[in-house]
Amino acid sequence: MAEITGAQSLIQSLESAGVDTVFGIPGGAILPAYDPMMDSKKIRHILVRHEQGAGHAAEGYAHVTGRVGVCMATSGPGATNLVTPIADAHMDSIPMVAITGQVPSNAIGTDAFQEADIRGITFPITKHNYLVTKADDIPRAIAEAFHLASTGRPGPVLVDISKDALNAKTSFNWPPIMNLPGYHPTTKPNSKRVKEAAERIIAAKKPVLYVGGGVIRSNAAKELLQLAELTQIPVVTTLMARGAFPDSHPQHLGMPGMHGSVAAVGSLQQSDLLIALGTRFDDRVTGQLSSFAPEADVIHVDIDPAEIGKNRFAHIPIVGDAKETIIELIAALKDEHKAGRTGNYEAWWANLNRLRTEYPLGYDHPTDGSLSPQYVIERIGAINGPDAIYAAGVGQHQMWAAQFVKYEKPGTWLNSGGLGTMGYAIPAAMGAKVGAPDKTVWAIDGDGCFQMTNQELATCTLNDIPIKVGLINNNALGMVRQWQSLFYNNRYSNTDLNSNRVPDFVKLADAYGCHGLRCETREEVDKTIEKALELNDAPVVIDFVVHKDAMVWPMVAAGMSNSEIKFARDMAPQWMRSDDE
Amino acid sequence: MSRHTLSVLVEDQPGVLARIASLFARRGFNIESLAVGPTEAAGVSRMTIVVNVAESPLEQVTKQLNKLINVLKIVELDNSAAVQRELLLVKVKADNNTRSAILETVALFRAKVVDVATDAITIEATGNHDKIQALLKVLEEYGIKELVQSGMVAIGRGSKAVSDRTLRSN
Repeated sequence: MAEITGAQSLIQSLESAGVDTVFGIPGGAILPAYDPMMDSKKIRHILVRHEQGAGHAAEGYAHVTGRVGVCMATSGPGATNLVTPIADAHMDSIPMVAITGQVPSNAIGTDAFQEADIRGITFPITKHNYLVTKADDIPRAIAEAFHLASTGRPGPVLVDISKDALNAKTSFNWPPIMNLPGYHPTTKPNSKRVKEAAERIIAAKKPVLYVGGGVIRSNAAKELLQLAELTQIPVVTTLMARGAFPDSHPQHLGMPGMHGSVAAVGSLQQSDLLIALGTRFDDRVTGQLSSFAPEADVIHVDIDPAEIGKNRFAHIPIVGDAKETIIELIAALKDEHKAGRTGNYEAWWANLNRLRTEYPLGYDHPTDGSLSPQYVIERIGAINGPDAIYAAGVGQHQMWAAQFVKYEKPGTWLNSGGLGTMGYAIPAAMGAKVGAPDKTVWAIDGDGCFQMTNQELATCTLNDIPIKVGLINNNALGMVRQWQSLFYNNRYSNTDLNSNRVPDFVKLADAYGCHGLRCETREEVDKTIEKALELNDAPVVIDFVVHKDAMVWPMVAAGMSNSEIKFARDMAPQWMRSDDE
Repeated sequence: MSRHTLSVLVEDQPGVLARIASLFARRGFNIESLAVGPTEAAGVSRMTIVVNVAESPLEQVTKQLNKLINVLKIVELDNSAAVQRELLLVKVKADNNTRSAILETVALFRAKVVDVATDAITIEATGNHDKIQALLKVLEEYGIKELVQSGMVAIGRGSKAVSDRTLRSN
């Protein structure tokens, strides 16, 4: 076998693992890897402007392709700049492999130039990580990293490779023998438990399908639709699961949680059976845990056994892949139906339909004639439709994008759900556009988020990645400002960004080689969005100058019971009519 | 809260101890005692971890430990169905007046004298947690100059080996 360098072995390993795109930035320790990268016919390397951008781009790519996203950085600061996206991918179960250069093995531990113990730093935020100091170990580490990242509960895996390992001579063998004796994810559910679940579902009076991001990760949207239509049970989709079930479907009650719809939140609170699919009872969904869905038994399906019973006791725990479990559950329910046993949820639906009709999502246009941010986002969604891909940052605009864009398909909504990473949108949209070049990809971003990662617009312009940016510019850190309005007596400590004065986003877009548009009135909204859709030779940034005081409603205040939800300021829904029950 | 003894089989690879210690710290658990050593299988180390927690957080930390790729198996050893041993080395002040009494204590506890100086005796003892604590209590009145103790190791009673048993989290 021909002798090659560790660096060549790395590139061949990545090619053999099916990688076609790497987002990264070279530097001292990773330099040897970038030399053979230049000759690779299979891998497109996209040179980003900040390693955080590489990480979020890899996440965006993974999100829309369902494949492992790859980012690469040098040692020390290059690697530490990846920490945020790695933590983000860990929280949201995104399959990602991060490759970092490390100082030569004889310098490890000496506080060498650009040395950081990135393996130690990322212990708690990776599914697994490696420090490779021998060239011969590179193919095995890469193969294992891709296997771990993409199977079981997906997540980020970091492979740190010392510079001497990249430079050393080795031979290349693929596929290498993987050695993972401690890794056996359970995907097949226990049939006895599935049968119990089916019986419990039939017996329930007020069941809800509480659907999380795991349904999207396991590609189970089609099966979920079958399950929902077979049983006629209402469906709620969490922030991570938007798109897993069509928003247009009559059984869909919307998003639960802190900014969920009254019907979705109310359904969980009043339910007698939660059928939790690929979801983890996150505090932003449950509110105060002790008063969450107080009357409900729980069927909890998750591929990660550690999620079951972590926050909420599960009466019927099922460890398994969401898709495999839903398929088995459908079969078990059909058996029940054949035996003449079906659920009857008529009274339940009557109550939920009333909540849905009386408390729809809504917003008011500002009385001073300024632009409503909700309207802008609603129009972006309406004009682009369910085939476009939408990536959001974190804050008010994220919640509005989750509420007012109507999702019909999985993989069309990208956001930082668990970690809540401001600055996610632009690089994630970039990665999504690379993964799905034929789709229209929108970054719906805030002026605060945008200023954390907008440097990647240079990457987009230079690499022909024409994303659209809908910048919801309210001159403020809007969500923090909302909390200051509600809980801190309108004392706006450090939330005014003065984005109306600095920077000029249209000029900034222009400087990056993007098309910069500005929109300040309701009449211009549709025209501006349509103009953006005509401009495909470069990224487009629309500066939507919106009203500063718009708030996200409904809202459950942090730590409060979900039953205390307000659908507008100081306005609580009436859960039961006096003539009910 | 009660004391639980976890036997954790892990791949003998660099960083494994750090991963486990980091997980306990991150999830807010205190490790009371820890012992690590090789096993009958090449490449496999065994950690005996004693934690003082309630049942439900213990289940959570066990599940989280199981997610570590280098962790092969976790078994909780029931205190009554396992042999538990700690090793103690203790240096006690001793003069002509106290030496014979100390030696009597050593004999009573089936401990051993491993070193004698003109003004001190060094004693080695093995036993379960309670025995070691009882011995220390008696020795305290003579004056303890220095004390070093190992983490607890434990092995199940009967003919079965840990590698035969099913995982706790299954």
